[in-house]
Amino acid sequence: MIALVQIEGLRIVARGEDGAEFPIVHDVSLSVAAGEVLALIGESGSGKTTIALAMLGYARAGCRIAAGAITVAGQRLDGLGEPALRALRGRTVAYVAQSAAAAFNPALPIMAQVIEPALIHGVMTRPAAEAKARALFAKLALPDPDHVGDRYPHQVSGGQLQRLMAAMALMTDPALVIFDEPTTALDVTTQIEVLMAFKAVVRDLGTTAVYVSHDLPVVAQIADRIVVLRHGAVQEEGTTQAILHAPAHEYSQALVAAAAPRAPAPPVDLPALDVGEPPLLELRQVVAGYGRVDGDGLPATRIVDAIDLKILRGQVVGVIGESGCGKSTLARVVAGLHPPASGYVNLCGVPLSGAVATRTRDQLRRIQLVFQSADTALNPANSVAQALGRPLTFFHGLRGRALRAEVARLLDLVRLPAALAERLPGELSGGQKQRVNLARALAARPELLLCDEVTSALDPVVAEQVLDLLIELRRELGLAYMFITHDLNIVRAIADEVIVLKGGQIVEQAPGAALSAPPHHPYTELLMASVPSLRCGWLEDAAAVIGTRAARR
Amino acid sequence: MTASPLLRLIARRVLVALGTLWLVSLAVFATSLLIEGDVAEAILGQSATPQALAGLRAAMHLDQPAWARYLVWLGGMMRGDPGHSLITGTPVAALIGARLGNSLALAGITALISVPVALTLGIVAAVKRGTMFDRAIGLVTIAVVSVPEFLIATLAVMLFAVTLHWAPALSSMRDVESPLALARMYALPVFSLACVVIAQMLRMTRAAVIDVLDSSYAEAARLKGVSPARLVLRHALPNAIGPIANAVALSLSTLLGGVIVVEIIFNYPGVARLMVDAVATRDIPLVLGVAMIFSASYLLLVTTADVVAILSNPRLGHR
Repeated sequence: MIALVQIEGLRIVARGEDGAEFPIVHDVSLSVAAGEVLALIGESGSGKTTIALAMLGYARAGCRIAAGAITVAGQRLDGLGEPALRALRGRTVAYVAQSAAAAFNPALPIMAQVIEPALIHGVMTRPAAEAKARALFAKLALPDPDHVGDRYPHQVSGGQLQRLMAAMALMTDPALVIFDEPTTALDVTTQIEVLMAFKAVVRDLGTTAVYVSHDLPVVAQIADRIVVLRHGAVQEEGTTQAILHAPAHEYSQALVAAAAPRAPAPPVDLPALDVGEPPLLELRQVVAGYGRVDGDGLPATRIVDAIDLKILRGQVVGVIGESGCGKSTLARVVAGLHPPASGYVNLCGVPLSGAVATRTRDQLRRIQLVFQSADTALNPANSVAQALGRPLTFFHGLRGRALRAEVARLLDLVRLPAALAERLPGELSGGQKQRVNLARALAARPELLLCDEVTSALDPVVAEQVLDLLIELRRELGLAYMFITHDLNIVRAIADEVIVLKGGQIVEQAPGAALSAPPHHPYTELLMASVPSLRCGWLEDAAAVIGTRAARR
Repeated sequence: MTASPLLRLIARRVLVALGTLWLVSLAVFATSLLIEGDVAEAILGQSATPQALAGLRAAMHLDQPAWARYLVWLGGMMRGDPGHSLITGTPVAALIGARLGNSLALAGITALISVPVALTLGIVAAVKRGTMFDRAIGLVTIAVVSVPEFLIATLAVMLFAVTLHWAPALSSMRDVESPLALARMYALPVFSLACVVIAQMLRMTRAAVIDVLDSSYAEAARLKGVSPARLVLRHALPNAIGPIANAVALSLSTLLGGVIVVEIIFNYPGVARLMVDAVATRDIPLVLGVAMIFSASYLLLVTTADVVAILSNPRLGHR
């Protein structure tokens, strides 16, 4: 079999701030056979996207293809001039970007963008291109394929844009399509639909594809062969079945282990409640939203709608749902960042003010919020010691030697070396930053932590470690968590009680252990089926669940 | 139905502008009260008796309280009548009308030259980011932006008028007989104004276009094989119109301040010089009238830019 893509000794360098070049891809060699789907898998910074872009002869700003031979469909790309590369991009090799919502031009209608590759490469006339685009829309199971092209990107959902981008890539019947994390930004249920559409179209058209992802279960459903990357070098290469069932390299084994369903953590005995003691946190008929307020004082758009919820001292309550279900807003209401329109938020039986500005310092101390992205939650100009010192001084009046000792204790608590205290966030890895983010919340010595998707921005192996840390901390400190996530696997591992949120309302509330056994609300079932699994055929089963749901409607 | 929210947004923006103009009228009037001395003193001179001053003030209604004078003046402005000059008795509208055309010509010619030059160079610098061309542009513009108009004007007079004799140092309408003479008369004032305007506008345009060229959709377009020209004209510019319109409006609004300096230096017969002279003679109605013209022009520019930005936003145009 002749390889469609042949890469030999690829080396890509980036230019640092001091002007010196350092390698980000070292001596990578790989090949893709015609008609094959090859997955490049690895954590962020592993060089997977950089290698995939090299197959278009493209390096991002500040990077440069320094050495190596790249051959695609019999053409050497390294050393080719810009005009020749332009003729190849979008014609011989096409690209599906990670976030189609960002990769579609907001100022142009979708159809104009989808047929653009066919027009600029002179493959077909405009009417022929539009007809082909509509056929592809239908093939990718897009609703209303005849008119969806007339819309603008902001008028179409993220999952649909991702499929429209695939249609754009397939317009010129390219020899190779590169999918760059095409479902990472999507909800789990949307991911199923998009993956099914991609899989069907790749199979029907016999497309050769390179699929870049950090998500092993997703890759397992679509790829024939997997290349495992780390630190810009190939760690292991093999067929999907071989990597899944007999991973040889240590890192591949960690990836497979991270993707396997977690056993629930052993239950924690909650401190006994005194008779008549109120729960730590109680929400009663909480409504929050935005827009015009009607006669009953309720907002026009309700993000959180009549929520009743109790969290006991030391209890972990998982809140699960898709984007837009109101789960983050719920945390913001409890934290006082989004005053509710009606209802009560009680802390140990005492009603809390809706706005953070009018809460007492002690109330603020007892509830702490951990943000999803440590990258944006930590001030890049402040060292770790400064970030942790702020709440220590504010809540506990610590200064000088006592402050330094407490910072060291907090770092130890989140399993970070004390030497990290003087570093800036930019000098830390993603997992380390999230631990600092967590330590900052712990600095207040809270009783309730609001964890908003704290692991979802992390690479799978790192996310597992942070989750383990959270489980240990809860045992050590007796903390209660409101644990917000879209990932049922994580909630199962940590939560004593789970609430499922949809459209701002609770559709199901159950003990964490009961989640594995039916019966469930249909929406819960849908979420459960959508959790990616390494099992071959999981995708088809999940699609079947979604299909029957759609049929029932 | 799609147009109605858009129209409402634009209508709200225009209302805000009118409200701002009213607040400005308050501020301008209040400021005029701070000018020491009054027109009676200016007319009668230092040897005037208190009785004569009081008589003249009563005749000019200057003895009335400030709020009453404000209401009379505001009422006049609403009817389009900014009152009469206290010195010559001529209607302010007539005085301004005679000069406004000259000032508009000066600002208009400057804008006509600045906008195309600044936009073209700004876009080219953005596309060729990091090249020698871009760095040279960056260096020159930062140098020009840091030099105030009066210094540029003075240096230009020294070089082109005094040393080289290419253009006259003063702008007098009387000896203009040929188109060439007209061009020579405008050359230095326009040059002095255009330098700063071009430099500012160019820098903001470059930043706006670079912002768009760094976006994911620009990368996606490059990976489709789109040519550089098509990338800029079809993909980048439609998204940069809003920021560019704002850059143009902001830069042109600095013209309003620049015009005052440049008209004084070149003795150019425009409204700005009228205003400076009116301040010297405490001819308050004239000062107020000109100040309101400047404020209204500024608001017109900024509001137009906002409306363009609203119209160019596909999220607002296509619901």
